Amino acid sequence: MPHDHHDHLSPSGHPYRPDDDHPLTYWQQMEIAVRELLIEKGVTTAAAINAQIEAMDARSPAHGAAVVARAWTDPDFRAALLEDASAATRAMGFDIGPMRLIALENTDTVHNIVVCTLCSCYPRNLLGLPPDWYKSRAYRSRTVKEPRKVLAEFGVSLPDTTTVRVHDSTADMRYVVIPHRPAGTDGWNADDLAALVTRDSMIGTGLAKSPDAA
Amino acid sequence: MTDRQYMRVRADMPPGHVRTPGYLRGKIGWVERTLGPFPNPEQLAYGLNAQALPLMRVRFSMAEVWGDASETPTDTIDAEIYSHWLEPAEAPHAP
Repeated sequence: MPHDHHDHLSPSGHPYRPDDDHPLTYWQQMEIAVRELLIEKGVTTAAAINAQIEAMDARSPAHGAAVVARAWTDPDFRAALLEDASAATRAMGFDIGPMRLIALENTDTVHNIVVCTLCSCYPRNLLGLPPDWYKSRAYRSRTVKEPRKVLAEFGVSLPDTTTVRVHDSTADMRYVVIPHRPAGTDGWNADDLAALVTRDSMIGTGLAKSPDAA
Repeated sequence: MTDRQYMRVRADMPPGHVRTPGYLRGKIGWVERTLGPFPNPEQLAYGLNAQALPLMRVRFSMAEVWGDASETPTDTIDAEIYSHWLEPAEAPHAP
């Protein structure tokens, strides 16, 4: 920009946003220092660190959606997933590292929702990085206290006949919700079903999409 | 229902790295399943030789945790609590 007056509008008609340049924080400096030392001392390499970042970025809710769709269509897999979700997802070919996973099945009478009140534990090794709101103080504190109000704000209204089970991910386990299979999908194959499984439905803040909305 | 194993979470407030949420301390729930053993995070966090402990998934009713302020008393909260934070207890109210 030739000159930087804050009251100027951009050609789009919106005000220019201020640049978010700021000095490195203490912990950002610490991360860079430790990373450079580890590389300098030959403990790891820049390429290995990049490969790990790429592996994490390659993980996405699509992986979880494939797991859910298979559970909907393959009763033996569903049973194995509920018994030991880590082993079942590994057997399906997903590299989830050392993650210990529990699958929580929604039914006509039970709705599961996952939160980590202590920090932001999330099944990253299956679903990738969590949404920002999952880490917010509001989501973490309110979900254990008023889950139905939180669900309503996500557009999910549950009848009184449904029990809400909140799962506080406090220690070693990570959780993925198996949403209720939408009505009107009889005979669908797993690939088509997977397109109905949203990230939020696997956290429990959403439902799987109905076939009409897909 | 009758063979539920009820446990009370210790009401202590020790300093340091603890993975027992404050809002559940002193509350009574029942064991949903037992996991582990996993190393005690209170030692692991400080690079100490961590003791392997059973990790219990304990289920609490909203009524137990929030009392009259609960949104729907029969909804539940499950949390993973290390066994040294738990002591056997009587059922808090008619299940």
